[in-house]
Amino acid sequence: MTELALHILDIVQNSIRAKARKIEVTIMENPEDDLFVIKIQDDGLGMDETQLQLVTDPFFTTRTTRKVGMGIALLKQCAEQTGGSLKVNSQKGAGTILEAILKHRHVDRPILGDIAGTMTLLIGANPLIRFIYIHQTPLSSFELDTLEVLEELDDVPINDRDILKALEEMINENLEMIEASLK
Amino acid sequence: MSMKVKSLADLKKIKDEVQEKIKLREQSLQAEHIVQIKVAMATCGIASGAKEIMSYLIDELEYHGIDGVVTQTGCMGYCYAEPTIEVKLPGQDPVVYGYVTKEKVREIITTHVMKGELVDGLIPVNYKTIDE
Repeated sequence: MTELALHILDIVQNSIRAKARKIEVTIMENPEDDLFVIKIQDDGLGMDETQLQLVTDPFFTTRTTRKVGMGIALLKQCAEQTGGSLKVNSQKGAGTILEAILKHRHVDRPILGDIAGTMTLLIGANPLIRFIYIHQTPLSSFELDTLEVLEELDDVPINDRDILKALEEMINENLEMIEASLK
Repeated sequence: MSMKVKSLADLKKIKDEVQEKIKLREQSLQAEHIVQIKVAMATCGIASGAKEIMSYLIDELEYHGIDGVVTQTGCMGYCYAEPTIEVKLPGQDPVVYGYVTKEKVREIITTHVMKGELVDGLIPVNYKTIDE
């Protein structure tokens, strides 16, 4: 995976498979404290203690189509190669929180990449799931909640091509402003 | 859409425009009359470029004026052949293509989707999508 956005796209698939109705993706950037945090929180099925212990094991998966499950293991490796860490908290029936902490200025930290494309792809392919995207820096923040978007749209479907394009543009425009605040 | 969308208020403004377009499209948008394409979007697919292929499929369908739905699915067990996509034409059984590149997308759309002829790169028979 060349971009953090691709890791996010991948990890969110776990939430979708866990039947989450609400998925929150939060990115916290703080170059001064050398922190880049990715948090993904869902209200899906959750995991029991045994599953939770195996969750970063690349040879553990709940899939039946193959015997490996690399998603979380790859993000963990990515976080650790920057001197960071990854932890997962989960409760059966309550949902799961995954948090990857990376060093912002580390040379091995991949770029965030196309997060706007990732979020709109997820929203378009899963119109019944409520997605919340939060991007914070010490000086500014941006939040997109598809529940608020739905209120504005009335009966226009959120997965309409033009609406998705507009959402992607909206995320990109706001992130540009946020990135500018970091400089 | 000429103005830049920066907020929910901007989004609301373009909504009406979209609403009109949807009315025109409505008749043809019933599931049994449209092309349905699923992109395998698990770790294996994503690492092989499935996200780019999905955006490209959406763009190409629009370019050719084809009403279709492009959505995502899980790993079909063909990790070696990612990106893989499942193409379902109205009234036909779905087929799966592996090693899908942008060139392959163009070929699949102009030959399979538009003319109904299969192209090279099919993954044969008894696969099962896991989300079914």
